[in-house]
Amino acid sequence: MYRYDEFDERFVRQRVAQFRTQVARRLDGSLSEDEFKPLRLQNGVYLQLHAYMLRIAIPYGTLSSRQLRQLAFIGERFDRGYGHFTTRQNLQFNWPTLRDVPEILDLLADVEMHCIQTSGNCIRNVTADHFAGVARDEVEDPRPTAELIRQWSTNHPEFSFLPRKFKIAVTGAEHDRAAIKTHDIGLRLLRDPASGEIGYEVMVGGGLGRTPMIGRVIRPFLPKRDLLAYLEAIMRVYNLEGRRDNKYKARVKILVHEIGAAEFSRRVDDEFARLDGPSVAADTAELARIASYFAPPVYEDLPDDSLALDRARAADPAFDRFAAVNTTPHRAPGYVGVTVSLKPVGGAPGDATSDQMRAVADLADRYSFGEIRVSHHQNLILPHVRKDDLHALWQALAAHDLATANVGLVTDIICCPGMDYCSLATARSIPIAQSIAERFAASGREAEIGELNIKISGCINACGHHHVGHIGILGLEKSGAESYQLTLGGDATLNAAVGERLGPGLAAEDVPEAIERIVGVYLGERQPGESFIEAVRRLGLAPFKAAFQEVADAVA
Amino acid sequence: MTVARRPPLPVILVANDLLDGDVVFAAAQGWSRDHRDALVAHSDAAADALEAAGRAALLAQRVVDPYLVDVIEAPDGVPVPRHYRERLRTLGPSNRLDLGKQAETQRS
Repeated sequence: MYRYDEFDERFVRQRVAQFRTQVARRLDGSLSEDEFKPLRLQNGVYLQLHAYMLRIAIPYGTLSSRQLRQLAFIGERFDRGYGHFTTRQNLQFNWPTLRDVPEILDLLADVEMHCIQTSGNCIRNVTADHFAGVARDEVEDPRPTAELIRQWSTNHPEFSFLPRKFKIAVTGAEHDRAAIKTHDIGLRLLRDPASGEIGYEVMVGGGLGRTPMIGRVIRPFLPKRDLLAYLEAIMRVYNLEGRRDNKYKARVKILVHEIGAAEFSRRVDDEFARLDGPSVAADTAELARIASYFAPPVYEDLPDDSLALDRARAADPAFDRFAAVNTTPHRAPGYVGVTVSLKPVGGAPGDATSDQMRAVADLADRYSFGEIRVSHHQNLILPHVRKDDLHALWQALAAHDLATANVGLVTDIICCPGMDYCSLATARSIPIAQSIAERFAASGREAEIGELNIKISGCINACGHHHVGHIGILGLEKSGAESYQLTLGGDATLNAAVGERLGPGLAAEDVPEAIERIVGVYLGERQPGESFIEAVRRLGLAPFKAAFQEVADAVA
Repeated sequence: MTVARRPPLPVILVANDLLDGDVVFAAAQGWSRDHRDALVAHSDAAADALEAAGRAALLAQRVVDPYLVDVIEAPDGVPVPRHYRERLRTLGPSNRLDLGKQAETQRS
């Protein structure tokens, strides 16, 4: 885990003190709402449908048990006893009062956390593969890179007022679990086949929202030492040439689209050549200091097979299902990564109570070197669990309603807060997720269906990543009522694709039946071993569209 | 200068409390957290008065983001917003009936 140095610590404490005075000046009238709003947003304080909302950054989705325990405490003391993990690996509290926010920020600073740059037209929280440092397909842990970018981009004077917000994601693995192609910048650590050197593949211009686009590679291999200078060059080109006249065309994806990836790349190269690269690059001592914090824990020397695990799986079908679905192979023999699903059937995707957060923190101390990850799928991860301990962990999780065995399945739905909380939403999304999950869980077909990613957004801004859901659902308003558009064939991995619309919008109550019909086509047509998304790619849209249309016609 | 379009009458005035963010409604006396207390404007003049009260409260650091919301009046006189978004604001999250105004209403 990264630990703040004296500069990090001082900076965060100063920001808390500054915000405390800003709140006081707002309350005594020295600051108007127009003056105060950008200041509160810079500190992660939004005003939502029912109350203020505080968005807390969880850099690259890595949390210590101490931090998670503090979040649990804040949720209990200052909120309504729960928080919401987001698709950007952040945590949101839905009910803080403005007067309490400075105190909350102090408590966050006590555990080296903050809300800085979780809003506004700046470089936002840098996200990463939630199995960083664990995954077997990893070339290098992406977190030192993500931490370096965090330090470089925090309060960067040149990039604090960009044309629009800016999101960076990093993976160090062969498989993309960080959705890097849907970010403004996506970085993938890879090994140059010729030299064996590790560097970055750099993608720019991905993004969802009202104009979804898949990122384009502008540099197939960037040496590691050039990272910050090259990022600086990208940001300069965007900062100067990104559109400021139209908020809907201000993201870097529009610039890349309008001038083309080749031309964008050329302009970045020109800027990069003009920059004094070495003066931008972090010095090697600092890079080594950062990297040292992400050294792997000291694993026990274990055989990869666990007899205890095999016996427990054979004895208990429910545990067997959990072990099959919620674990990920670990690079250390005898260990697995465990996903703690925050998608219980009937729950709000990504919500966790303070009790649950505390339970996960305690279990992380006991079974996972005190470390927790947050995934952009809105689940928690215990990254280093001994296979021998998995059964005991599962039992402890079950006692806190945290043992739902559905990772990657049809009920593991990504879902934004929607109109139940969000002031931008055009429709609710949580009840849609609940109704789909209840329908499929009741029939017990989740395992039979296999991997199927449903992603739901309550407005065109696409926080629920609906464009890249195998099945995407977008909630809109149509003639004064909620209406849901379904898309098919989206993909958030390295095969990134934007889904295509299946037909007209449906009323909320008709969505589960439409999903049922789409899944029915898959179950009827699939070949042995073929996943849902593979079948969609092979079959094309037509048979699914026909099945969808039956539902649309029946209710029209 | 563009003039914000006013919703059709009758209307109530909705805002957020500056300090705690809670949704508040302009009432006969000051502001209420319960939409059943909301003052209903049936004329342009009454709607103007609501808006003026909103502006004054904004300047007095009492509320933020005040705006008019069109309602229908239930037989018991309680104003119910026409739009589902505004109805949700008088209730709370539909997936958590234990939270928001709906929870308080149930208790009272």
